[in-house]
Amino acid sequence: MKVAVLQFPGSNCDQDCVHVMKNVMGVDAHLVWHKSSELGGVDAVLAPGGFSYGDYLRSGAIALFSPVMGAVREFADQGGLVLGICNGFQILCEAGLLPGAMVRNRSMEFVCAPTLIQTQSLNSPFTFKTPTDRPARIPVAHMDGCYVAEPHTLDELKKHDQILWKYVDNSGQCVPSANPNGSVENIAGVCNREGNVAGLMPHPERACEPVLGMTDGKWIFESLCAAVKGGFQRRSAA
Amino acid sequence: MAFRNAPRLPGLSPTTSMMKAKIIITPKKAVLDPQGLTVQHALQQMGYTGVSEAHIGKYIELELDETDEEAARGKVDEACRRFLSNPVIEEYSFELEA
Repeated sequence: MKVAVLQFPGSNCDQDCVHVMKNVMGVDAHLVWHKSSELGGVDAVLAPGGFSYGDYLRSGAIALFSPVMGAVREFADQGGLVLGICNGFQILCEAGLLPGAMVRNRSMEFVCAPTLIQTQSLNSPFTFKTPTDRPARIPVAHMDGCYVAEPHTLDELKKHDQILWKYVDNSGQCVPSANPNGSVENIAGVCNREGNVAGLMPHPERACEPVLGMTDGKWIFESLCAAVKGGFQRRSAA
Repeated sequence: MAFRNAPRLPGLSPTTSMMKAKIIITPKKAVLDPQGLTVQHALQQMGYTGVSEAHIGKYIELELDETDEEAARGKVDEACRRFLSNPVIEEYSFELEA
């Protein structure tokens, strides 16, 4: 299995993603510079966190015009698995590969803290290996993480099983106090209608090793790796 | 289209820009605008009690090498739609100045 980790000017979680894929998951991973128009025959793509192009104009907006995003779009159109984390999620939304958009945190503060996210659907190559008896503890670190979508988009997301993760409290409840950024309906991550492109604000790559105090991020990468090996078939929802 | 402060090489003729686009981008009314809310609350605390809403957006100025107004309008509108604004969360309007 081979994974491409995108690298834009201002990405800062790219090496963490490569490290986790290689040294924790034990699969091949390499960086792909934003000027490259080829991904290099990979099985999955990770769009990492950071501040691509300084977050100028809007978070993730400028990355859209880099050559590598043409290759990512083509890969996604062919059903390739693409996961965007934090700024990577913002980039995928700006590129129109995922529905909705991100605005400034409701608190107007940069939030850097562990969160609890409950998987909402196992009908996804990014979640199907997730234990369902408890939420995952994964940290967030962002300024513009408040997910918004128009009412009709939210309806579509629900209808087609596209809401993958929500922020919850210790008892698994979707309450405002568990929501770090004000996202609509506590949404932490979504996927496209086909299910092969997903994004989330929390950083699973920062929660994969006991030395870091959190390991639940592995659930997402374990799902991804198992899906690449052919262990997953998405049921068409609705 | 050229950015306003794009460096020019010395000795070359001055800009040939013929038109200026003044673009205003604002958050959609239905979208949460935490910056606007924070500023509105701050204004209230300062005693400006009559401010019922505040919205914070962006102002962008483009200088265009274009003499035809209709063509300029078409280009700016497309750029606003495709790139300068995000239609999920923002609205835009612009004026052209000769």
